[in-house]
Amino acid sequence: MARFVRWYGSGPLHLLVLIASFALTGYALVRLFAVQPWQVAIWLVGAAILHDLILLPLYSLADLSALSVLRHRSDASDRPTVPWINHLRVPAFLSGLLLLVWFPLILRLAVPYPGDTGLSDSIYLGRWLAITGVLFAASAVAFAVRLRRVHRPGGDESRPSAGPGTAP
Amino acid sequence: MAGGGRPSGPAPTGGSRRRSPEGASAPKRLKRVAGAVATAAAAGRARTRATARAIGQLPPPPGPFRPGFWRSPIRGPWLTSVFGLVLLVGIPLLFLTGLLSYAAYNPDLSPLNDETPDKGILGFYLFSWPTHPYWLYRLLQGVHVTLGVVLVPVLLAKLWSVIPKLFEWLPVRSVAHSLERLSLLMLVGGVIFEFVTGILNIQLYYVFPGSFYRLHFYGAWVFIAAFVVHVCLRLGRMTRALRSRSLSTELRTDLAHTAPEPPDPDGLVAAAPAPPTMTRRGALGMVGAGSLLLLVVTAGQSIGGWLRGTALLAPHNRDPGSGPNAFQINKTAAKVGITPALVGPSWRLEVHGRGAPRILTREQLLAMPQHAAALPIACVEGWSTEDQHWSGLRLADLAALAGMPDAASVLVQSIQPPGPFTRVVLRGNQIRDPRALLALRVNGAALSLDHGYPARIIVPANPGVNNTKWVHRLTFRA
Repeated sequence: MARFVRWYGSGPLHLLVLIASFALTGYALVRLFAVQPWQVAIWLVGAAILHDLILLPLYSLADLSALSVLRHRSDASDRPTVPWINHLRVPAFLSGLLLLVWFPLILRLAVPYPGDTGLSDSIYLGRWLAITGVLFAASAVAFAVRLRRVHRPGGDESRPSAGPGTAP
Repeated sequence: MAGGGRPSGPAPTGGSRRRSPEGASAPKRLKRVAGAVATAAAAGRARTRATARAIGQLPPPPGPFRPGFWRSPIRGPWLTSVFGLVLLVGIPLLFLTGLLSYAAYNPDLSPLNDETPDKGILGFYLFSWPTHPYWLYRLLQGVHVTLGVVLVPVLLAKLWSVIPKLFEWLPVRSVAHSLERLSLLMLVGGVIFEFVTGILNIQLYYVFPGSFYRLHFYGAWVFIAAFVVHVCLRLGRMTRALRSRSLSTELRTDLAHTAPEPPDPDGLVAAAPAPPTMTRRGALGMVGAGSLLLLVVTAGQSIGGWLRGTALLAPHNRDPGSGPNAFQINKTAAKVGITPALVGPSWRLEVHGRGAPRILTREQLLAMPQHAAALPIACVEGWSTEDQHWSGLRLADLAALAGMPDAASVLVQSIQPPGPFTRVVLRGNQIRDPRALLALRVNGAALSLDHGYPARIIVPANPGVNNTKWVHRLTFRA
């Protein structure tokens, strides 16, 4: 037993569960790959690569860039400030999420859509832009309210707290 | 490792038998050989261990493999486990509603109904799809699609929270570790594959390679195999992590008091955390807001009524036109090649069964006893209509007319040019439900061409595509 654990790297139950799982995976994969195997394999593995090595690094980079720009800007000012990265982050995230899910309709890529459903796909881009506008506007209003509280003498928002956006 | 390397065991035994004529010196020589082999093996093992240690001590390559690279101060087992818990509830619900959706097509009744005829044992659970409650398919498919869309931000957050694990160093530490990572590839590839094919399909963006049914059904099994393993291996860690912090405390913690979780063996917690810019409450709130927003802009297409208009970005968020026939269309007549000429005065319904086929005009059908049923159209794509008021002939009456009141099934054929879903086989329980109709009228008016004029099938709890439109032949079978 100890020998097995040392050779394998975990207990026998771990191995049994994984083998059982791979048997099912194999059974389903044979069927999944029965037609156009290479394209399907590319989609399956590509899905993980697309997310882990492209989408995630891109949005992380966008977030880091925004952070560094904002930090820089707030250093230059000597007025008390309010961290506002999240007033950018949240609406950008929500708007991006809607685009990520509904991009075929928003960008009018779903060619069969109007013919199949009898509905026009021309409304989606405008609606997405409108929602995006509302999200950023609401965020701006929320930020303005917070700014007002801080800049009012004896304002009730506690002193600018931790976070890089507020470093004096 | 007592007894150790393979070579020291059987080899001398075999040798002793061959060399037995050489007399008494043999055992001594044998011992020497065995000793030499054992020493060599031990040295080999030591070398292997030393190499492994040396590799293990190699500094990770620069970039994401270095522990200091990932700096989010809120990443950690607790946050991962919160997202994991949501998915632990949501994913089985998605899987179950998906399996039921497949059963709703009655794929074991006829190859015509089966989009994945090579399913083998993966169809082990199939059963006769019921007609009660009549909104069953509408509910199941609405939940399946809406929940899938709503879980997108949770899935993204979960994947974000564990991204350092993708770059863990060493990439492979043991056999167990390598198998587990292979399983994780199936888990992550599988889940994104399922979400992507589903989300593209509901928008009719058919860029995936091959039939949606094949990809989404077999893909689901590939994914769930890895999902079950993942849950088995991580459930304990998840519950411990969830107990390590209190949710209500986290929800009251502000930015100034947001500190990293204690270092964890999985390396999720940043070794060199950046100052916090968002609380855990904020992160959970942002993900929750994303789910809520997606729910708002999607769910209305499945709920209907005035809420349909709130599904701002969903594909079936408006009624086409106005009047009694102004409800959702899956495929228009023009799209599938139905022309007014095909369904004009020359149209006839053929009813086959026992004896000579009955050939009926629409006028003759309208002259027969009419029955009414209030039933929705519900699509595999998740959208559905409210109950529509259909009227026409009961399938049970047509079965009796064909001389087969106890028919076990009926083959329904559309007049539309050959293609998928132009023919379907319905089961006996569907024929005999008094609400199962060959509808001629809807909401007090004749069917429109887009809704299947001159006659269409409408069966309670039946997937939309199996409510065949522009019917021209019914063949009842024992």
